[in-house]
Amino acid sequence: MASTTNVSVSRSPWERLRIMVGAGPRGRVPWIPLAIMAILLICAIFAPLIAPHNPTKISMSNARLAPFEDMTYILGTDVMGRDMLSRLIHGARTGVFISLVALGAGAFVGTVLGLVSGFKGGWLDNLIMRTADAALGFPTILVAMIIVTILGAGIENIILAVALTVWARFSRMIRGDVLSIKELDFVTFAKIAGLSTPMIIARHVFPNTINTLLVVTSLQVGQVILLEASLSFLGLGLPPGDPAWGIMVSEGRTVLLQVWWLSLLPGLAITIVVLAFNFFGDWMRDTLDPKLRRV
Amino acid sequence: MQRYVITRIMQAIITLLILSLAVFLSVHLTGNTADYLLGPETTEADYEQLKKNFGLDRPLIVQYADFLTDIMRADFGTSFLKGRPARDILMSRLPATLQLAGAAFLLSVIVGVPLGILSAVNRDGFLDNFGKLFAVMGIATPNFWIAIMLIMLFGGILGWLPTFGRGGIEHFILPAFVLGWSAMAGMVRLGRSSMLEVLDSEYVKFARVKGLAERMVVWKHALKNAVIPLLTFSGLTLAGLLNGSVAVEVVFAWPGIGQLMLQGIQTRDFAIVQATVMAAGFFYIVTALLVDILYAYVNPRIRYD
Repeated sequence: MASTTNVSVSRSPWERLRIMVGAGPRGRVPWIPLAIMAILLICAIFAPLIAPHNPTKISMSNARLAPFEDMTYILGTDVMGRDMLSRLIHGARTGVFISLVALGAGAFVGTVLGLVSGFKGGWLDNLIMRTADAALGFPTILVAMIIVTILGAGIENIILAVALTVWARFSRMIRGDVLSIKELDFVTFAKIAGLSTPMIIARHVFPNTINTLLVVTSLQVGQVILLEASLSFLGLGLPPGDPAWGIMVSEGRTVLLQVWWLSLLPGLAITIVVLAFNFFGDWMRDTLDPKLRRV
Repeated sequence: MQRYVITRIMQAIITLLILSLAVFLSVHLTGNTADYLLGPETTEADYEQLKKNFGLDRPLIVQYADFLTDIMRADFGTSFLKGRPARDILMSRLPATLQLAGAAFLLSVIVGVPLGILSAVNRDGFLDNFGKLFAVMGIATPNFWIAIMLIMLFGGILGWLPTFGRGGIEHFILPAFVLGWSAMAGMVRLGRSSMLEVLDSEYVKFARVKGLAERMVVWKHALKNAVIPLLTFSGLTLAGLLNGSVAVEVVFAWPGIGQLMLQGIQTRDFAIVQATVMAAGFFYIVTALLVDILYAYVNPRIRYD
């Protein structure tokens, strides 16, 4: 087991990519999920350029247009006459932004703590792991609610809430990796050579955990998007009226039977995006680290 | 064994303490109660007096100790809005949440486990593919959205089922399904993979070589071992359901703890927030603890890791 970790690292990034694309256990590259992810990213980055209308511009004369009823508003309009397509595109931007920042922060903190915890051991390891247990012991919604109670609703608080709930997953997995990596010869040699602990962790241990990091990240994206949508839906994030998918679903609740597309479309968007990330995550896991199958 | 149980109990207590500290700070960092109760025209003296009445002028650590003793007696203070002890309100809402979570759990076991096991037995068959689709969708769809879509379909368009509030058995169908779907999905996945693993094991091969009927091999020998991981998972699922119900309760106007928690946050009714968050956290942590201990008894291999 130890030697396989070693070998996979000595490959160049390009070689690794080729193996991923070419001959994973599943073989097939998930092109459809990748395409969906690409579209999502393009929407998020270029939202103001792509969106045909202003997502928050109210125009009562065009209110409640059904999808395909009026081709200037191809996916219809909501009860205030705001263009659905534009709101969906801007909603993608909001969702991607929140999820990426939150996941990035959680992954960073989680990885650093996991590395330290696994490498140092002792009381520090105990402290970090017990805190991680506690963090995993709370349902995410509960953490979010506590944070919103403390700091009030808002985009940065959603980010904080999500980050606080995901870091522990990273810490756990990375620590597990480190425990086996630190017993390997090259770590011992680095110690003998007199390298400082931070150096050994950064140069020799961390690179060997990148696979795990990628896998956990890609498996978490879908969950984070769902969590963000739930919090927005419950009104704990952005102010009402802002284009976020969770908020849009909630706006449609009161006019479900007349303006059915209002809740349907953003929910569909969430589902498709989460599906894409989940399939992609599964594929990453199967290709990069078959040991993690059950995560 | 005893050592494991004791360590695990200590862990649970520490987690509960962290939770209580978070809840305590959440109330105290948002400004003290006196700020909320007094209008702008009150004098400094009034303010100080009120702080004294609430005990808010004492050191934070003393206040926290007080808070802990109160919590242990299940005293969460009085709800500002309703003028009743938060504990009473919590207790009046608890049955609704427990019933809903129980129904969702039952559904996830009744549907999820057999579907997972059958998926493994008929690998790549129709049922397996259906199970995969069912599981994949259950994990990817936001529950609040599915809730709304089902309300639209079964309540609005077809008019078959009631869509809000608590009542007879028909009131349970939609919310229990929505709440239980992701749990069912997990059961299907785990049931399938664990059954596949067992079916691949040496003793199952031996049973087959011995000439046992396939039916006996699957349902007598393999099933028993395949169910062990599901046991842990189902315990955690139950714990998760108790809390995952916030959005579902809100959508279905289900008068439970989740809905109460959100109301408490929206109206900044701290007694309610304290009560609901502590209760939800307590259930989650204690259930997880019980599952771990139960699991250690069932499977001695995991005890000393």
